Amino acid sequence: MQALTQRSRAVDRKPLTLWERIYLPAVLKGMTITFGHMFKKRPTINYPEKTRPFSPVFRGLHVLNRDEEGRERCTACGLCAVACPAEAITMEAAERKNGEEGLYREEKYAARYEINMLRCIFCGLCEEACPKDAIYLSETFAPSNFARKGFIYGKDDLLIPNPKTQPEELAKARGEA
Amino acid sequence: MIRRDLNGMTLLAFDWIFLIEKLVLIAVIITASLVIAMYETYAERKVAAWMQDRRGPNRAGPFGLLQPLADGGKLFFKEEIIPNSANKWLFILGPSLAMLTAMMTCAVVPWGSSLHLFGRVIDLQVADINIGILYVFGVVSMGVYGIMIGGWASNNKFSLLAALRGASQVISYELAMGISLIALLMMTGSLSMKTIVEQQIANPHWWNIIYQPLGFLIFFTCAMAECNRAPFDLPEAESELNMGYHQEYSSMKLGFYLFAEYINMFISSAIMATLYFGGYDIPFVNEASLAPNTAAILGVLSLLTKIFIFIFVFMWIRWTLPRFRYDQLMDLGWKKLIPLALANMLITAVVILLKNH
Ligand code: SF4
Ligand code: SF4
Repeated sequence: MQALTQRSRAVDRKPLTLWERIYLPAVLKGMTITFGHMFKKRPTINYPEKTRPFSPVFRGLHVLNRDEEGRERCTACGLCAVACPAEAITMEAAERKNGEEGLYREEKYAARYEINMLRCIFCGLCEEACPKDAIYLSETFAPSNFARKGFIYGKDDLLIPNPKTQPEELAKARGEA
Repeated sequence: MIRRDLNGMTLLAFDWIFLIEKLVLIAVIITASLVIAMYETYAERKVAAWMQDRRGPNRAGPFGLLQPLADGGKLFFKEEIIPNSANKWLFILGPSLAMLTAMMTCAVVPWGSSLHLFGRVIDLQVADINIGILYVFGVVSMGVYGIMIGGWASNNKFSLLAALRGASQVISYELAMGISLIALLMMTGSLSMKTIVEQQIANPHWWNIIYQPLGFLIFFTCAMAECNRAPFDLPEAESELNMGYHQEYSSMKLGFYLFAEYINMFISSAIMATLYFGGYDIPFVNEASLAPNTAAILGVLSLLTKIFIFIFVFMWIRWTLPRFRYDQLMDLGWKKLIPLALANMLITAVVILLKNH
């Protein structure tokens, strides 16, 4: 019969020799192996102190983007919500009033924008669907909370700091400071 | 005790200082063995982790050093469950007995020579009884009742089975242990642990391990079995009998069982170090050339070092070898260790006879 893998080896079913039956040599051999492992490098990363570097396309928690002038980019078109396979995104649109040009980039904006992080599967389809480059998946992950309510992230959780008024916060959020 | 009356007091005038001295010694030894047992749990987890390329507990305190305290605290605050169908008194007696017997063996181990303080000579041994080893054996074999009673009182068939296995294991290995010890006792001619250590310290004489390597090996194997350590941890067998005899136990009663195991490990390491590795003898140093107090303290440290090495070896073996199957365990005990121990005893006897003639 042909072997299924190249790594298969015939099992040796010969009765044990006296040397093997003494058992102690085998014990000592095993003990040298375990002792050697005491000095091996450990693959574990001490997580909260050290983090594993992520690839640039890592899909973590979302952020809502602003443009260079600090205006919200989202125009509440709803494409992300449509694209979302987990139906995690809810939004309410509103019309920009006069005098709000500095706040919102487009004439229509999202008055309410919520992502349920418990529903979200972090597939990144919302990011791909957005015509305005308004939503991105960041490198933050592992949200934690005491109640389910806390996992519904609103605009204040999602929006990045304003590059005009809060440059330090932005730099910190980017991990640059 | 009359022997120890160094200040020339008679027995009638009861030596209160002697009593206080011993009480302090007992307190120190008990505290020390509890603390050591506590940190054995930590060491066990660390050693296991290292051998498996992990890091082990490192969250509670620096290097995770507070982990045993956290574990102990957790056990204390857990709900105390006594099963309805359990025999309440026996259920409580089980872990108490396990703990009691584990602690009682400390009494005869000579932890060091003697300190000279305030014009008194203080022996670093609770009781130098002339049947020291026999006492240890007696107490240790009572330890099996802790397991048996615990398993029986739980009124649970799995616990009972585990207790049965534990009892038969301990009894079979005690036999080989006893016989391997007889060979040693034929050489020393004394059952007192202090005498055995002093003989090893005496200069022309080496440590007993040189004369009794096979005996030591048998003793060590059996000690591992008596402590219910892997590869002989059949009574416990977490993966097969879901925790074995302490399955129904919770809270600090469970903690006592686990703790007793670690104290047992400490004591059996102490006994092995005493019997075969010169006890508080400092290797390559002539104790008589040091001041008595320094010698005593260094001796205690040397004994502790030996004990820690043994404890490490215990753990090392535990994380190397898989558990024996039950028939293999019995096979090893009855068909291999006992004949070996008998042969060892006969050879020793013949050699001693030849030497004396
Ligand atoms: S990442 Fe995927 S699941 Fe999450 S909100 Fe975006 S589209 Fe929905
Ligand atoms: S985030 Fe993008 S896709 Fe979603 S509503 Fe806003 S503009 Fe449209």
